[in-house]
Amino acid sequence: MADQPKNPEKHASYLPKEKTSTKPFHDTPMLDQLESGPWPSFVTGLKRIAYENNMMVDLLGQLEHSYKTRLGYWKGGTVSVFGYGGGIIPRFSEVAKMFPESKEFHTLRIQPPAGNHYTTDMLRQLSNSWNKYGSGLIAFHGQTGNIMFIGTTTENTQHFFDEVNEYGWDLGGAGPCVRTGMSCVGAARCEQSCCSEHKIHRLLVNNFLDDMHRPALPYKFKFKVSGCPNDCMNSIQRADMAVIGTWRDDMKVDQKEVKKFVATKGRKYVIDNVVSRCPTNALSLNDDDSLAVDNRNCVRCMHCINVMTKALSPGDDKGVSILIGGKRTLKIGDTMGTVMVPFMKLDTDEDYDKLKEMAETIIDFWAENALEHERCGETIDRIGLVNFLEGIGIDVDPHMISRPRECSYVRMDTWEEEAEKWKQRKTAG
Amino acid sequence: MSQAAAPRFPIESGVPDGFQYMHPLMVKNYGNWKYHERPRPGVLHHVAKSGDEIWTVRVGTQRQLGAYELNMLCDIIDTYGEGYVRFTIRSNMEIMVSDAKKVEPLIKAFTDAGYPVGGTGPSVTMISHTQGWLHCDIPGTDASGVVKAMMDDLYEEFTNERMPNRVHITTSCCQINCGGQGDIAINVQHTKPPKINHDLVANVCERPSVVARCPVAAIRPAIVNGKPSLEVDEKKCICCGACFPPCPPMQINDPDHTKLAIWVGGKHSNARSKPMFHKLVAAGVPNNPPRWPEANAIVKNILRIYKQDAKDWERVGDWIERIGWPRFFELTELPFTKFHVDNWRGGRNSLNASTHIRF
Ligand code: HEM
Ligand code: HEM
Ligand code: SF4
Ligand code: SF4
Ligand code: SF4
Ligand code: SF4
Repeated sequence: MADQPKNPEKHASYLPKEKTSTKPFHDTPMLDQLESGPWPSFVTGLKRIAYENNMMVDLLGQLEHSYKTRLGYWKGGTVSVFGYGGGIIPRFSEVAKMFPESKEFHTLRIQPPAGNHYTTDMLRQLSNSWNKYGSGLIAFHGQTGNIMFIGTTTENTQHFFDEVNEYGWDLGGAGPCVRTGMSCVGAARCEQSCCSEHKIHRLLVNNFLDDMHRPALPYKFKFKVSGCPNDCMNSIQRADMAVIGTWRDDMKVDQKEVKKFVATKGRKYVIDNVVSRCPTNALSLNDDDSLAVDNRNCVRCMHCINVMTKALSPGDDKGVSILIGGKRTLKIGDTMGTVMVPFMKLDTDEDYDKLKEMAETIIDFWAENALEHERCGETIDRIGLVNFLEGIGIDVDPHMISRPRECSYVRMDTWEEEAEKWKQRKTAG
Repeated sequence: MSQAAAPRFPIESGVPDGFQYMHPLMVKNYGNWKYHERPRPGVLHHVAKSGDEIWTVRVGTQRQLGAYELNMLCDIIDTYGEGYVRFTIRSNMEIMVSDAKKVEPLIKAFTDAGYPVGGTGPSVTMISHTQGWLHCDIPGTDASGVVKAMMDDLYEEFTNERMPNRVHITTSCCQINCGGQGDIAINVQHTKPPKINHDLVANVCERPSVVARCPVAAIRPAIVNGKPSLEVDEKKCICCGACFPPCPPMQINDPDHTKLAIWVGGKHSNARSKPMFHKLVAAGVPNNPPRWPEANAIVKNILRIYKQDAKDWERVGDWIERIGWPRFFELTELPFTKFHVDNWRGGRNSLNASTHIRF
């Protein structure tokens, strides 16, 4: 790292020469230590704003106070915009006496476009609006996926929202409600994509805007969409409903490219890094350096396709798998989602309607049956997958389990009936 | 007094359509990409079935961007790119261009402006972080500061691709853990039960919801000094801090007893192994602003050994599954304690019920 930037006026370490904010800076010896080093410094960023903005002068003071005392000093409250119940994260300072200018420092959660695409024009426009009504500080993006406009007063949350809402931006979720969704770049730029992440994301979230903007669910509910099992959106573990693209016909193999790959990387590399890494031993390198794929045993893990991006790709009969019930630690510990739908096509409008209706059924059943503050995955944990499936009208399926029951303590006097149902389902479809 | 303006009703437009902001080549080839390569760290080259090509330059940011940074980055994108940008889930910017010749000038402009290009392939990409003292109401530590300190040290691993596979690091500044699973996760771990501010409970607390929030039923309603309050069975309490968000008087954060713990081997992808949770490897790490050197040293040590010992394409979790946990503790020289043995529900499944033992 060069100590002297070539173009100091256009550099991450730039500070204005003139201070136009009227409040003197607080001493920030600890934060100052986060200004050195090669990674762009958020502290320098905050200071730049503080050169023009008294609220940020005091914010820096409070943050330094946190660093010194190793405690946080924000408390929540109730702030909302007219017509909505959620979407604002209110923050009131507990040390407002010392730092009065940042006594109110609320955040607005705004939903990003599916795939997080922006033009520079739009980024500048959002930045200008936020500069007018808030601190100017924007986080791209929060852990739930929102654009977070950090730092404004109660009054200005309404003004800012009114302005950006007019040019196409809407609040996200906060509280017990359907939350902001996330989808990967997917079909827009990724050859692994097996679905239209964009369309699924907008279809699902925009169908529940009432449940997002007027929080009345037992707890949060998140949708995340990944185009393939690489699950770049972390949906299995972090979404109540994960929609993940996959395919059910054979993967595509371009044997000419396979041979080229073997020729450049060598057989040992291919055997060690592709063939022997397949979790189900579905791959084998033939004597002529072509690749044999046992597609019936391929579990669509994506590994070989990730390594040999030119030679291998997902098949043509694409669709999605749906998993329900992922969440982080509170309250029963982390949970992964569970397969609810092993495969469904998403081609026609009817297919998409089916997806939407399934989400409605799941949310309705969960909302009616969950305890207060209980995530969907916890409801499944408490009542058992079978009761949950009966509630949402989905039949049991062996793809939902890693292995059958290992304990005999269960009452099975309706075995014949259940076996009959399975047979009928098999003959039906 | 003037008449108050009629309130404006919101337009419930929901998720904006991304196509209006998308690079035209991405709109044109939507769903029709053929393959990609990484010509150098920080750059992706995607080729569409139509033959169209697009180059992506990935740039690390500090996540919190002010007007100056945003406009400066936009200036670079307008001058050297084509005006289109997207963000990854880990707060990296991706700038798409239709011409390979634009890549080097873009990289140079970002590097000259102090923004690193990298985070692709087997690198340590940007740490995904939470809000911390800057903005959350319950944090035990900061997040942006931890990330800045750590990314300063891992800078070279961001701008190079020399890890066995990609490394995703996460942070969480409370034990609700709003950061995700990580190959390495640096999370707050409280070590003492909450100190209850009884005067406040009587005024602000919704007691039934607090009692219900505790994962181990350690909270009981009680009368303290003649006023309704709560008491915590300190023998039962696991110091998780879950009672603090609904009840601020349950003061869980403490300048000394709030520590950090390090977890490894979490993974979201389905590639090779199924998705995995991260597992505890170190705790009692001091919460030491502004640069958290102790946590940093442990993370760097784990990365150093992972880099030496793991095979290509093994994520941290895959690697440890292969070499086994005893070897992991041996190689990293981290102490193995009774706290590593899981006693939460289902914990018995994590015990070794075999004679599979490495010597
Ligand atoms: C299903 C049955 C019951 C449940 C789930 C239940 C639950 C609770 C809960 C959660 C609290 C704490 C309330 C608060 O913090 O304000 C509480 C308090 C209390 N309950 Fe119950 N309870 C049940 C039955 C009873 C019965 C049958 C009695 C008496 C015969 C009783 C007497 C009390 C008393 C005296 C308190 C303490 C009130 C105070 O803190 O001032 N409860 N109960
Ligand atoms: C009029 C009848 C009863 C009243 C007013 C009553 C009231 C209560 C109350 C206030 C509690 C404490 C609740 C708490 O700590 O949250 C309790 C606990 C308990 N009661 Fe009763 N009870 C009655 C009848 C019974 C009967 C008939 C049984 C058993 C056959 C029973 C078994 C228990 C048990 C086992 C607990 C302890 C639960 C635990 O600590 O986990 N109770 N009862
Ligand atoms: S989840 Fe799959 S389709 Fe989506 S961006 Fe990641 S690799 Fe591509
Ligand atoms: S995608 Fe995964 S499971 Fe399928 S063949 Fe490749 S490595 Fe094996
Ligand atoms: S991890 Fe906890 S303290 Fe940190 S931002 Fe998330 S909820 Fe707040
Ligand atoms: S810290 Fe956790 S375990 Fe302890 S009383 Fe609070 S909720 Fe219960």
